[in-house]
Amino acid sequence: MEMPAPDSTILSRKPEIVARLRDLLPDDAVIWDEAETRAYECDALTAYRCPPLAVVLPASTEEVSAVLAACHDMGVPVVPRGSGTSLAGGALPTADCVILGVARMSAVLDTDYANRVIRVQTGRTNLSVTGAVEEHGFFYAPDPSSQLACAIAGNIAMNSGGAHCLKYGVTTNNLMGVTLVLMDGTVTELGGAHLDAGRLDLLGLICGSEGQLGVVTEAVLRILPSPEGARPVLIGFDSNEVAGACVSDIIRAGVLPVAIEFMDRPCIRATEAFAGAGYPDCEALLIIEVEGSEAEIDEQLARITEIAQTHNPVELREARDADQAARIWLGRKSAFGAMGQINDYMCLDGTIPVSALPQVLKRIGELSRDYGLGVGNVFHAGDGNMHPLILFDANKPGDLEKCEAMGADILRLCVEVGGCLTGEHGVGIEKRDLMDHQYRPDDLEAQMAVKDVFDPHWLLNPAKVFPLAASAPRREARA
Amino acid sequence: MTHRPTTEAELSEIIASTETPLRITGGGTRPIGTTSATTGLSTSALSGVTLYEPGALTLVARAGTPLAEIETLLAGEGQRLAFEPMDHRPLLGSTGTPTLGGMVAANVSGPRRISAVGACRDALLGVRFVDGAGRIIANGGRVMKNVTGYDLVKLMAGSFGTLGVLTELSLKVLPAPETSVTLTARDLDDATAIAALSRALGAPWEVTGAAHLPGTGDTHIRLEGSAASMRYRAERLATHLADLGAFNANFDAEDTAALWAAIRDVRAFADTKGALWCLSVKPGDGPGLVASLPDTQALYDWGGGRIWLLDPSGTKGAAIRDAVARIGGHATRLRGADDLPAFPPANPVVARLEQGLKARFDPRGLLNPGLMD
Ligand SMILES: Cc1cc2nc3c(=O)[nH]c(=O)nc-3n(C[C@H](O)[C@H](O)[C@H](O)COP(=O)(O)OP(=O)(O)OC[C@H]3O[C@@H](n4cnc5c(N)ncnc54)[C@H](O)[C@@H]3O)c2cc1C
Repeated sequence: MEMPAPDSTILSRKPEIVARLRDLLPDDAVIWDEAETRAYECDALTAYRCPPLAVVLPASTEEVSAVLAACHDMGVPVVPRGSGTSLAGGALPTADCVILGVARMSAVLDTDYANRVIRVQTGRTNLSVTGAVEEHGFFYAPDPSSQLACAIAGNIAMNSGGAHCLKYGVTTNNLMGVTLVLMDGTVTELGGAHLDAGRLDLLGLICGSEGQLGVVTEAVLRILPSPEGARPVLIGFDSNEVAGACVSDIIRAGVLPVAIEFMDRPCIRATEAFAGAGYPDCEALLIIEVEGSEAEIDEQLARITEIAQTHNPVELREARDADQAARIWLGRKSAFGAMGQINDYMCLDGTIPVSALPQVLKRIGELSRDYGLGVGNVFHAGDGNMHPLILFDANKPGDLEKCEAMGADILRLCVEVGGCLTGEHGVGIEKRDLMDHQYRPDDLEAQMAVKDVFDPHWLLNPAKVFPLAASAPRREARA
Repeated sequence: MTHRPTTEAELSEIIASTETPLRITGGGTRPIGTTSATTGLSTSALSGVTLYEPGALTLVARAGTPLAEIETLLAGEGQRLAFEPMDHRPLLGSTGTPTLGGMVAANVSGPRRISAVGACRDALLGVRFVDGAGRIIANGGRVMKNVTGYDLVKLMAGSFGTLGVLTELSLKVLPAPETSVTLTARDLDDATAIAALSRALGAPWEVTGAAHLPGTGDTHIRLEGSAASMRYRAERLATHLADLGAFNANFDAEDTAALWAAIRDVRAFADTKGALWCLSVKPGDGPGLVASLPDTQALYDWGGGRIWLLDPSGTKGAAIRDAVARIGGHATRLRGADDLPAFPPANPVVARLEQGLKARFDPRGLLNPGLMD
């Protein structure tokens, strides 16, 4: 993965730039010492690292605005950062950039149960939003697996999803308003505690814009009443095709579970060895969760198992109590960790039409053999969001490159069958150069034109999302 | 004169080669806002469903496809557009055939928008459109989760044909429930009614409609699901709200369908004179807002967050906009008070961004000029 060469004049102006930032912020909010900036050299895509010029940790919208105005004035690129859990390199610095981290802005500003909204600063972690409202019987629905660590800031920038989005939607469907600071320091509110835009849906445009259009400092989020209860069922099959057909049949029958998770044999074996959840040794398994009262759960699970029975499952296990439910989820939740025990892995994130599932899994198996790299599949089957985990050895020369090439083949396959490059992790640097596989030049041009409007000098997170060659004229115009 | 292209390529050519501003229509049933353009461009001949996969909950169709055709197709598989788009014809006295593209361009959602399913824009998975320079642009796709690049899908929903002419849309559809029930309380004052709706929406029984009607003072709550579940939920909910009002359940699904279609289409104000406004506010702010505007009538939907406000005098537009600006939210003028802009004003920052987008997507200012000013 290539990054543009840093701007040498910016590097040489470091003392002046740091001095200006220190004028604006308290002492402990500006980091420029190389030993300390290293802590910000990467996000969760750890194969790529680069310490930034400096890091700022503002504590308010006003401070964010002052920093951005100053960087705008000095022509210094800014990379916004939440918790740094991006798997796409979205928060990867360049040597000539200032990292703007919102971690110190984590307050709950207002909770309003009657109107079912919460206003938070965006450095707040995802799980702690639910933590702030659960005593009152509410929750914040988008639940990325990284929810203990990731911030609302990154969730908004990546439009993150989670296991329960089949029913509740992803971030954009639960985001009602933001405070947005533009690169020139201008502050504006978009949306609020009311629903939908009265004019153009700029809020919808900001969500998923990967920190390239503005810095989001506050967010108004929809909170929902917690269900009375939830219970999973585990169903094992002796082929991926049959498991895929079962998913489709359940959806067609009009049952809409909150989650339908899918694991294939390599992944089942790895998690069994790691977590010992007691999963059957089969080709594919589904974990399906439904919500409601006890009786409602029984009724829905009866429908689901009835449909599953027509596909001759090798195993059908309903949770009888909370303990059994936890065991069913245990393997799924430790899947990434389990694969990590076997080797280094790269986690992909393409989405495919559910109907293409068997075909795509088969082809991934073939690619795995051709490249000589193991692959485990664990994903959100209800909405076709796949997470193939490719195993490789980071210490073996050439293995990372091989793994990236295979990943690109899989993502191209996702696009070919009618899907897309990324369902929830974002483009970042990881899928940047594959974008022209999904979009034609005019499609990309329209997106880049949006950036021209919000950030005319291309200073915010500039080398991401768009193929470097496509964005070069705009990025270079800045210099 | 009205252009009626039959293909996207033809549409692209028309726009690329014209210098005449265009008035973009689907079925012309939602005449919200006015444009100075007089030459028409209708998408009605860009019609037809291109893909429907019930097992994947996905529908792709061309912009001019009549909504009725889509709803019939979905119903055949026990599915529906969950956001429940309203029919504007009774309210606005318009004629014509509502199309998919018009629905998306106006981001039309009905009572069920208040539930987890969200608005039309939330169900929209992908768009194809022709911009003001004649470029054909695709964004999003047909799959349910997609964060590849910027979300122009949301930008196009509700852009009223000012940034591009929609040619094809993909939507997430959902299974229709087995049955439905409505709980109704009579004669509640606005504040009590909204308090009851808020409490209902904050309870775990998945309310999919929450409205308070003018005149009769009826307050309605809709639940949808299996028959057994409906009996259980209706009873729990009525108990939960008992101190605020006596809510009685009607288990006849046909009654519920008819009632909520009337709420969706704002039938209460269909044959009235005067100005009609659609407000979006924080639900709890609604009753106070309406009380501060004497001689208006309100139909509250979305638990009080959407207010259809009838101003028989047609003179209170400025007062309505001021009042909404004070509490936060927005007010759109649907008919009457023609001297006022239809769309709510934008703050200077937003106005600058919108003008920038318009200049990029429609550099020659040909698409519905002035409509959203
Ligand atoms: C183990 C693991 C599991 C994961 N599981 C999921 C999952 O289930 N679903 C899912 O969707 N993702 C998942 N992720 C990916 C990641 O957690 C999400 O993308 C998350 O939203 C990133 O949040 P963050 O705060 O860490 O953002 P960062 O990594 O700090 O930044 C992400 C992007 O947001 C931008 N950004 C940050 N702050 C701001 C701001 N204030 N204003 C504007 N832009 C900003 C950055 O520039 C960057 O482009 C997982 C990651 C890991 C490591």
